[in-house]
Amino acid sequence: MHNFTITELIDGLKNKVFSSTEITQHFLSRIKNLDPSFNSVITITEEQAIEAAKQADQQLAKGNTASLCGIPVLHKDIFCTNGVRTSCGSKMLDNFIPPYDATVVENFKNSGAIMLGKTNMDEFAMGSSNETSFYGPVKNPWATNSVPGGSSGGSAAAIAARLAPGATATDTGGSIRQPAALCGITGLKPTYGRVSRWGMIAFASSLDQGGPMARTAEDCALLLNCMASYDHKDSTCVDRPVPNYSANLGDSVKGLRIGIPKEYFSEGINAGTEKAVRESLAEYEKMGAELVEISLPNTGLSVPAYYVIAPAEASANLSRFDGVKYGHRCDDPKDLEDLYRRTRAEGFGDEVQRRILIGTYCLSAGYYDAYYGKAQQVRELIRQDFTQAFEKVDLIMGPTCPSPAFEFGSKGNDPVAMYLEDIYTISTNLAGLPGMSLPCGIVDNKPVGLQIIGNYFDEARMLNAAHQFQQVTDWHKQTPAGIES
Amino acid sequence: MSIEKQTIENLATLARLEIDDKRIEEISHRLSSVLELVDQLQAADTTSLVDSQNSQQEIQRLREDKVTETNQREAFQAIAPDTEDGLYLVPKVID
Repeated sequence: MHNFTITELIDGLKNKVFSSTEITQHFLSRIKNLDPSFNSVITITEEQAIEAAKQADQQLAKGNTASLCGIPVLHKDIFCTNGVRTSCGSKMLDNFIPPYDATVVENFKNSGAIMLGKTNMDEFAMGSSNETSFYGPVKNPWATNSVPGGSSGGSAAAIAARLAPGATATDTGGSIRQPAALCGITGLKPTYGRVSRWGMIAFASSLDQGGPMARTAEDCALLLNCMASYDHKDSTCVDRPVPNYSANLGDSVKGLRIGIPKEYFSEGINAGTEKAVRESLAEYEKMGAELVEISLPNTGLSVPAYYVIAPAEASANLSRFDGVKYGHRCDDPKDLEDLYRRTRAEGFGDEVQRRILIGTYCLSAGYYDAYYGKAQQVRELIRQDFTQAFEKVDLIMGPTCPSPAFEFGSKGNDPVAMYLEDIYTISTNLAGLPGMSLPCGIVDNKPVGLQIIGNYFDEARMLNAAHQFQQVTDWHKQTPAGIES
Repeated sequence: MSIEKQTIENLATLARLEIDDKRIEEISHRLSSVLELVDQLQAADTTSLVDSQNSQQEIQRLREDKVTETNQREAFQAIAPDTEDGLYLVPKVID
């Protein structure tokens, strides 16, 4: 049952092959029995899930056609869930029980989905390996000595281990696409402003975006239909109609112009990864698409620009965590300064503290123009690279990551080595464009991801291209060894 | 470029983050490597750009000046570390 996609589960529920209660119990047991090996779930919402499944079964019996009625999902622990702990992977929020639901969570409730629990993640979404969580690292189901990627490592690992058919995740510099690639699943970061950020704990406000993870593009389309909405409570949310992302999945890709950025295939890319990606691009040619070499000349500046802008915005966003209204508070503060300083030193892990300090430095008097101002200008150069490219091509494709999953601790004490993991994904966030990753190969028993970048609000075309690839290949059906299929 | 101890201490004050003396050297070292990465930005030629702080062309939406939220103080304060009579308690600020 855990090998069914969401699409197949919806069909099975409609045809009364099984009930929502049965599916939910099945996934809850799997999480309880198998997740200790992966540590992908922080909080299991068992009672709630069973109750919600019962309600869903009653609705289904009445012919209720809510789009995800009875389908279990996991939510990344960055989305506020009313009455359910939302930790953001941090000690700072270990005791935080939000009194409201994020818009994304509410959208899922309204569509009849069942919440199984909250997934593990890099602390405050800062990381590319899920090694920084207060709740311990997540292990990649493909190789438990290796990282699942981050920051949405828990959601990705849970889907790879078949602990849930779908999950929510967020992406600021690659945090949906990179773990999707390293765990062999499909994940999509929508255009900036497509999905409401209300109730989604903020890391970098001009970069953050919530999106779906599942095993197929077809399933991601269903989840995106639910997640995308105009929300007046998020002033960065764009008021633009949400198309039916499932409607055009079957379109042919004949004549599709695919841009291949030469900068994404230069030194630093693993040979096996390159081979898998190029063979996948050849599949698109077989389907009638046209490959066009393009250049995104400012790609090399994307990591430096990001590591000014993201920490700067994070330092502002994380200033709300002060021990006064919610979350961790240090014991016996001697005065207000001490309350703030010790609460934050105790509540935040090392990587978060480092990024706050970098951000503070880049925004401080005397440095603002040289760092933040300059980085925003470089951001505009990067955006222009894409605008020019999209005059010649419909989609851009390339590798999601430079190599497959790396072993725990292998990026050692060099933060920059870890930051370079995101080299292919970061520009997309800086430009606000949509990007997705889908499985396209296996190298040394570890998955490789193909990245598709689309023009603004062109998620339907991206999902169509991904779905067509998944009709002629079966990388997305591969299962990690030890996970029964 | 390396960051001086005093700079780290100033940043710690700005960010309200208590940093143990023992950790200052390690933090300085790590911050320096990130700043080296970031210094690559200085080589970028941005002279052709005009107004670039708003690269995403966003405008701030406005709404009517009407009260639409309900007061949920009790629900919000239920999770606070320390409250009294609807106020959040912190250590004494004024002597």
